[in-house]
Amino acid sequence: MVENRPVRDAFAHAVLIVGIVIVAFPLWVTFVASTLTFDQIVTVPMPLWPGDQFMHNYTQVLTSGSEKGSSAPVGAMLVNSLIMALSISIGKIFISILSAFAIVYFRFPGRQFFFWSVFVTLMLPVEVRIIPTFKVASDLGILNSHVGLAMPLIASATATFLFRQFFMTIPDELAEAARIDGAGPMRFFFDVMLPLSKTHIAALFVILFIYGWNQYLWPLLITADESMYTVVIGIKRMIAGGDASNEWHLIMATAMLALMPPALVVVLMQKWFVKGLVETEK
Amino acid sequence: MEKRVVFRSAWLPYVLLAPQLVITAMFFFWPAIQAVYYSFLLQDAFGMTSQFVWFQNYAELFRDSHYLSSFKTTAFFATLVATSGIFISLLLATMADSVIKGALVYKTFLIWPYAVAPAIAGVLWAFIFAPSIGIVTYYLKVLGFDWNWIIDPEQAMALVVIASVWKQISYNFLFFLAGLQSIPKSLIEAAAIDGAGPFRRFWTIVFPLLSPTTFFLLVINIIYSFFDTFGVIDATTQGGPGDATKVLVYKVYYDGVKAADLGSSSAQSVILMIVVVTLTVVQFRYVERKVQY
Amino acid sequence: MAEIVLQGVTKSFGKTEVIHKTDVTIDDGEFVVMVGPSGCGKSTLLRMIAGLETTTEGEVRIAGKRMNEVEPKDRNIAMVFQNYALYPHMSVYDNMAYGLKIRKFSKDDIEKRVQRAAGILELGPYLQRKPRELSGGQRQRVAMGRAIVREPAAFLFDEPLSNLDAKLRVQMRLEIQKLHRELKTTSVYVTHDQVEAMTLANRMIVINAGVVEQIGAPLQVYDDPASLFVAGFIGSPSMNFMPGRRAGDGVEVGEGVVVPLPPGIRDKAGEQVTVGVRPEHFVAASGSGPVFKLHVDTVEALGADSLLHAGFNGTLLVVRIEGHATPQAGTALDVSIMPGKAYFFDTATGKRLKA
Repeated sequence: MVENRPVRDAFAHAVLIVGIVIVAFPLWVTFVASTLTFDQIVTVPMPLWPGDQFMHNYTQVLTSGSEKGSSAPVGAMLVNSLIMALSISIGKIFISILSAFAIVYFRFPGRQFFFWSVFVTLMLPVEVRIIPTFKVASDLGILNSHVGLAMPLIASATATFLFRQFFMTIPDELAEAARIDGAGPMRFFFDVMLPLSKTHIAALFVILFIYGWNQYLWPLLITADESMYTVVIGIKRMIAGGDASNEWHLIMATAMLALMPPALVVVLMQKWFVKGLVETEK
Repeated sequence: MEKRVVFRSAWLPYVLLAPQLVITAMFFFWPAIQAVYYSFLLQDAFGMTSQFVWFQNYAELFRDSHYLSSFKTTAFFATLVATSGIFISLLLATMADSVIKGALVYKTFLIWPYAVAPAIAGVLWAFIFAPSIGIVTYYLKVLGFDWNWIIDPEQAMALVVIASVWKQISYNFLFFLAGLQSIPKSLIEAAAIDGAGPFRRFWTIVFPLLSPTTFFLLVINIIYSFFDTFGVIDATTQGGPGDATKVLVYKVYYDGVKAADLGSSSAQSVILMIVVVTLTVVQFRYVERKVQY
Repeated sequence: MAEIVLQGVTKSFGKTEVIHKTDVTIDDGEFVVMVGPSGCGKSTLLRMIAGLETTTEGEVRIAGKRMNEVEPKDRNIAMVFQNYALYPHMSVYDNMAYGLKIRKFSKDDIEKRVQRAAGILELGPYLQRKPRELSGGQRQRVAMGRAIVREPAAFLFDEPLSNLDAKLRVQMRLEIQKLHRELKTTSVYVTHDQVEAMTLANRMIVINAGVVEQIGAPLQVYDDPASLFVAGFIGSPSMNFMPGRRAGDGVEVGEGVVVPLPPGIRDKAGEQVTVGVRPEHFVAASGSGPVFKLHVDTVEALGADSLLHAGFNGTLLVVRIEGHATPQAGTALDVSIMPGKAYFFDTATGKRLKA
């Protein structure tokens, strides 16, 4: 465009750089703190340059947890988080792609009813039904288990809608051609629909992995046993006392370990992430 | 729009739907019905007996000044989170849209907070704002500003707002950027030729064209601040000091889990559900309207 | 190969009947084109043959067997769709092989058939490409290849050339003709383009609003249209219609011009008669027959011939004149109808009045 390009450009870059610095500041402080000793952190002001305790702090939390708060090793928590995030994302994709296929490619009694019953679940976040859901999980005997962590969070209206939306854009003739070629519904699903949905599955996977990894309230309720803690819960349990009594160097190392996997997924799979984010909200 | 009938089977669609339906029934509908049912019950102090009291729990809630103030707190919190989040993201997105070089790099550096769990976001900000050891607290003190969110209600609110907004910036930013990029450059150029300066162009052309995105983000941010910020609050203020940051969803949790007041907590859940339903309907009505245009 | 019979076939969506009682027999090895304006029901009819739509009443028979309840895959037909419906994630080879794989053909057999089809359609160099890497014409050929490899009893074409540009359309038309000459497979072809219908068909079926108006060889239909609709639809530019009223042994079509009725149909003609004349059937006014005094409005010189749009009785008639020597716009022109080339229709029923 026309006027004052260099000045406006410099201004824009300046605003963006300031923005990024502010956004990244907590992350930097966290990282620095995770490489310091406890004493260095509680000496006000703490240094803003990394120390030499990186290996020590991370080895400590990964293998044996914190000393005062929860003593569960963070390594095990990361495994729990990974299991939960993977089960939720894969589970959601699995059940939603099947139900979307049924809703789009079949006519059957009750179809509208089922469609709306899935739709309504959009309006019931876990936060508004925690106690009864807890009771259901308790009656099923899945408290303190990986099944209990993942299963109640698997039903997803959003993923079903995304797939439905996508299936609607696939030309009718493709299914008709497959029918004439002799493919039955499931053969068509596996040979044609599944490969065509690849990018949508990837995009959803990124979003759902983050969703699953970052779950908080539900794991907080149903994990009484330290061996079942996810890393997000683990951190919360490490914060036991006041400011200076927390083992901040270990908490911050754990925080880094908790946020790195989803952050890496977002940054490395940026294309899928953006697609997933924008499309699930359409 | 409907597909032409393509496959026929009396049982296959039900089999395909079954996993989703079973889980939905078990973990969505049954608990939701239970929540409604519990909200009509009054339990004794030991949880041994309960009686059906119709709307008594609701009536008491609306007489309860704590509950009413929690409503106000939530509204205040949601307004702050939504407006400041939208403002900051719009500013950053406008700038990122205008630069020619490096837009992708900026984008990469701005989207990662989306991946941070709300609870972790809370811990990060609580640490740098920690009353005795926090690095920002220290510099604020140097500037003559006394910061202690553990005892100061307003500072506690500021902390949870900052942490919540920080986490949500990525999301808003990406949607604004997509919105901005979908505005035809020729429109802006036409306005420039008509003699409108950059600010005028923004307010008279860009901002109105962006209003669907802005409205959408407003609803999403309100829903976000109603529910997803639970982690932020539980990891930092836990509703305190006093009730200063006890938003509705935190109160449901607190009354139900910590105080074990099943009836009241369930009644609050039901009210929250009504709020979500309303917000979702507003959003969908709006989306439908957008589709028609 | 097989003959296809539609006997008393109807189709209703809810209470609306979109295909009225239809009887058609398509002979073994014949190339039949169903032609009509969009929405006339021709695609529905084709899809009923394919089994993609159910048949409300009547019977669809392929090779003598009742097909109404038979799944599309078991009807031994292959179909080419307007948008090609190629599987986007499969290579050209896999697109063609897919139906054979499902039918559990041996690897060698599949290879042989695909290579043969690729040879016929000149697709050899593209077998490993994905559909999106092909041009429109190539995609069209893959769609045909997918049909050919199956060696079905019949090919069904649903507007297969509509998505191509004009030049490619002509070329593909010729290829389809050639293909049919080589394979001699019974083919049913649906199009709204009457030029395609004229050039491809052994016989064509003209359909309007769910009713078969006429079945016949292209030139027979052209020369001897059964109704106002067929006369207007087949032929480009369209036949000129002049609504008139009975005047003695002729029809008065305005400005005092009376077109005489041939003796054989005088008794059949009612009060309201429409006279139809094809643009090429006007000749310079001569002694015999009525004279139309036209005012040339616009001239479209096309090289080999010219189309004159000329005012008569408040409407524009189209007159085709061969060669370059044409009157200028704004001049007067007197023409007559070639002897025996006037068509007469009952204005109310639209039926042709024939001796």
